[in-house]
Amino acid sequence: MSNETMDGVFIDIELDEPAASDPELAKKLEEVCTVGIFKATESGTEIIAGQLDECVLCYLCEQAAPEGSLRIIKKYEDQ
Amino acid sequence: MIFYEYEARRIVEAAGIPVTRYGFCQTPEEARKIAEEIGGPTVIKSQVLTGGRMKAGGVKFADTPDEAAQYAEEILKLEINGHMPVGVLVDPKAEVKQEYYASVVWDSTAKKPLMLFSDMGGIDIEQVAEEHPDHVGRGHISNLLPVGDYEAKQVIAATGVTGSQLNRATPILAKLARLFREKDMILAEINPLAELTDGTFVALDAHMEMEAEAEGRQKQLLRKDLGIAEEDTRDSYVPSEFEKNVKEIDAADHRGVIQGKDHGFEGNLGLVIGAGGGSLTLTDAVRNQGGKPANYSEIGGNPSVAKACGLAKEVLKKDGVEKIAVMMSIVSNTRVDIVARGVIKACLELGKDPAETIAIFRIPGAWEDEGNKILDYYGVEYCDRSVSLWDAAGRAVAKIQEGAGA
Repeated sequence: MSNETMDGVFIDIELDEPAASDPELAKKLEEVCTVGIFKATESGTEIIAGQLDECVLCYLCEQAAPEGSLRIIKKYEDQ
Repeated sequence: MIFYEYEARRIVEAAGIPVTRYGFCQTPEEARKIAEEIGGPTVIKSQVLTGGRMKAGGVKFADTPDEAAQYAEEILKLEINGHMPVGVLVDPKAEVKQEYYASVVWDSTAKKPLMLFSDMGGIDIEQVAEEHPDHVGRGHISNLLPVGDYEAKQVIAATGVTGSQLNRATPILAKLARLFREKDMILAEINPLAELTDGTFVALDAHMEMEAEAEGRQKQLLRKDLGIAEEDTRDSYVPSEFEKNVKEIDAADHRGVIQGKDHGFEGNLGLVIGAGGGSLTLTDAVRNQGGKPANYSEIGGNPSVAKACGLAKEVLKKDGVEKIAVMMSIVSNTRVDIVARGVIKACLELGKDPAETIAIFRIPGAWEDEGNKILDYYGVEYCDRSVSLWDAAGRAVAKIQEGAGA
């Protein structure tokens, strides 16, 4: 029986360039996300895969990012 | 948390209630020394967290310090109802004129502390209440307002106690009520409360139980005054791996709350249940319809996906568990979609098909539509609030019984 943990079973997040490499946006995303999905680094935004399924669908990240550059994907919905 | 008698005596004593000059010890030699200091006949009492001490030989009367040491040695080796004593209490044999009963208990119906007093102490208060109801006085106290001595006096006077006995017993019951509230007790009992031949009153035995949730704010009493170690949970049994793991998962994340018990459960239907009394109702509903729960659990307060997943995984990993039922009463702050994600993820991570493994999912409430989308996607059977808890439990039981019959 498997006992491993799986990341991003339900939720995925797509962040386009150049927004993904913007350190200022990275800080903003880290600040608005209440469940720690984003980590600000010098080179931009790192998405923490292990936290994706904790997304509470508040969409604050989408609002913080330039329009259309960040998308929350619900894997259980037909795209 | 339940306290040993010697600890309960200390609590009572610290509240200003008179006690005898007792001593707690863990060796026969210490018992001899305490008996010598007392200087007269003594009572040696086993310190165990179970009843029936007298009948089991855990309480003995000694006339000399040598006898006290001998009885202490015997009692320290004596197991009572599966419990070994942590020590013995050496108490002077009191010259008792009359025994009374005084207690404060949490009345969960009235949601207030209830003072109880009887002039027939030394025996079970339930027996007195049944056979001599006029000898039991009762009175609620406020959860917030100061406790007045007059309130205790009314309760005692209702049993017919008057004069100096009434005046001496009144401050004792009032102090017991105050300590009950200050120390977050759910039971504070003195039985017997003895009137000695010289007319004074002393607590000869005490039983205290503290609300488990209050342990965090009673650290002064628990860790400093009584010296109780943090790992000393006073559980009446050794927690299982399941129980320990669930506790660890809960402690690792502040969001929401989960609890799990499997002591005495050996069934094949795992339960991930909760919400507003839902756990008890659902466990009964499963059992009363022929189901065999593998565990008891409580989940609520909007837990994270990881926490819901962690609980479901622990339930699924238990020996003999074939399916789980995820059921709650109507939830307000707990998100249905988050719990759905958690339990489905648990199945997937253990290599199980959620549609086969989750017998029923019945959590009506916040974000229900989103939760249903997830359940639809994975083919998990679910129902809304139009299906009662009883019927949902029945569906889970039927499904697991069908599987057994196939």
